[in-house]
Amino acid sequence: MTFLSKLGTNFNYVISTLLFVIGLYTIITKPNLIKKFMGLNIMETSVFLAIVSIGAVRDGKAPIVESATKVQYVNPLPQALILTGIVVAVSTTALALSLMIKLYEQCGTLNADKLKEFE
Amino acid sequence: MKLTDQFPILIIEVPLIAAALMPIIGHWRRKWCMPFATLALSITSMIGYYLMLAVNKSGPISYHVGAWKPPFGIEIYFDHIAAFAFIIALFGLLIVIFSKNYAEHDLEEEKIPIFYTLVMLTLTGMIGFTVTGDLFNLFVFMEILSLSGYALIAISGQMLTAMASFKYLLVGAISSLSVLFGIAFLYSITGTLNMHDMAKMLEVARAPHVASVALTLFVLGFSVKAALFPLHIWLPDAHALAPSPVSAILSGLTVKMGIIGMIRIFFVIYGVHSAINVMPIMEILAWMAAATIVLGAFFAFFQNDIKMMLAYSTISNIGYIVLGLSMAPFDKSKVAYALVGSLVHVFNHAMIKVLLFLCAGAIIYRTGLRKLSDLQGIGKKMPITLAAMSIGVISIVGIPPTCGFTCKWFIALGAMEGGKSLFAALLLFGALFIFAYYIKILNTAYFREPTEAIANVKEVPLSMLIPIVILAAGCLVLGAGTLGYVPIKFIEPAAMALLGR
Repeated sequence: MTFLSKLGTNFNYVISTLLFVIGLYTIITKPNLIKKFMGLNIMETSVFLAIVSIGAVRDGKAPIVESATKVQYVNPLPQALILTGIVVAVSTTALALSLMIKLYEQCGTLNADKLKEFE
Repeated sequence: MKLTDQFPILIIEVPLIAAALMPIIGHWRRKWCMPFATLALSITSMIGYYLMLAVNKSGPISYHVGAWKPPFGIEIYFDHIAAFAFIIALFGLLIVIFSKNYAEHDLEEEKIPIFYTLVMLTLTGMIGFTVTGDLFNLFVFMEILSLSGYALIAISGQMLTAMASFKYLLVGAISSLSVLFGIAFLYSITGTLNMHDMAKMLEVARAPHVASVALTLFVLGFSVKAALFPLHIWLPDAHALAPSPVSAILSGLTVKMGIIGMIRIFFVIYGVHSAINVMPIMEILAWMAAATIVLGAFFAFFQNDIKMMLAYSTISNIGYIVLGLSMAPFDKSKVAYALVGSLVHVFNHAMIKVLLFLCAGAIIYRTGLRKLSDLQGIGKKMPITLAAMSIGVISIVGIPPTCGFTCKWFIALGAMEGGKSLFAALLLFGALFIFAYYIKILNTAYFREPTEAIANVKEVPLSMLIPIVILAAGCLVLGAGTLGYVPIKFIEPAAMALLGR
């Protein structure tokens, strides 16, 4: 019972780990490069989810100090980190997609098994 | 407020600003890109040299970005390990000088500014990675250097380069994500991102299981970046198919970032006395490294493509470095031979591998051939390049008067001292294999008659010869005589500081 209640209170880590593994599974098993890259995007999202949820506080307010009264604030640092992380993820995606366009022009396929024949 | 106080941030800023200005300069005058990159990297390496001397004289420098005090603001921590930033800037400078002819010869004209922009960006990423004292900054700089590295591999637009680049991108992105996940776990138990603060908090936190999960993720991520044995599959294609100056950057400098990441994680954050003892991570790494040494050398032996051979030899040499790291003795009675050896090998292998890839690039530039069997008798046609390459070959095997000898000797000494003679034996076995495949290069270059295909080959132009000759001289001078002790003398306090003595 304690184990289950622990899982319940930390469900954010469970979900993000699950998403991480789903993404990894997609990358390993799917032959299509675009699907592989979607798997990578799922992994990215899972890590961002994990980091954002670290800073969350139940009933927490946005961390803008308005009055002297004590209020519970959400930790803003993880959100700032994730903004950087999202920028990195977007540029990785852009680079990967442009590489895929190049690959399709050269080889006429995006199937990893068929691409092996070109090597 | 002196200018020299700002040097730790300027060593990142100068190449970064140069990278941002490069497209503008390229749009204006394409010819000025290379002189501008040379200028920026000269300034960077001078700053690096100043900082290295300052560290050697009066210990690590801590710089607070925007004057915010460390646990809250970002810290730049310039210690003996961060002095590798000077090496990155210096070798980057030599590689840029070398690339002048390559870029004019092999790239389309509108790609030249892009090439120099990406080179400056990847060097910025590496310099930032080595000097930062903040864990999230480490991740950001890692992404900067990796992303520009992926793009550089595919820059020539030839067949298969996009595939090699994509393979590297996929594996590299997974490794970056696992590092980021590790950072998330560590942040959740310590609440800080500053490395030294985190080390203190980690002792207080008492969460050994979370810490060991994070450690596993870090080791996984950095092993991919450093190309340790089961995770090395991306390296041969990426390093062999990239343009030669890019191969030199990737093979000499970029793979070392995985090593520096491991050093920061093991010795600075986890430190000597905490969660690292929960699991036998060093033991696992030692076996992975041993497998890397033997298998890297084994595969290299059967390659005919000269750059493929060098790429596999990089894998083998990364094995040496990680083996030395993993045998770092945490009890105080022992001398840290292995750690000193592997830190010196980080520098030595950078120098040797940049030299060898530049020589291979020079040969490919003149002949257009890259198969060893096509290059018979090349030593008679390109005497200076091949003489330099021979020095590199002798260094990487580790024959005494050259720089490769000392570090391998130290790692072997460390293995014997730690009672792990099996690893010492594997190390010598790997060295023998390396000797066997490099002797093939020397044999075909000097003891065969030149074939018709290379009958009209001339020595490469001066801008390619200068970096090659400088690096070859470095390999000779820093290995023996009075100057031979300089790297060891410099690295020893670093190793002591890492072990907390």
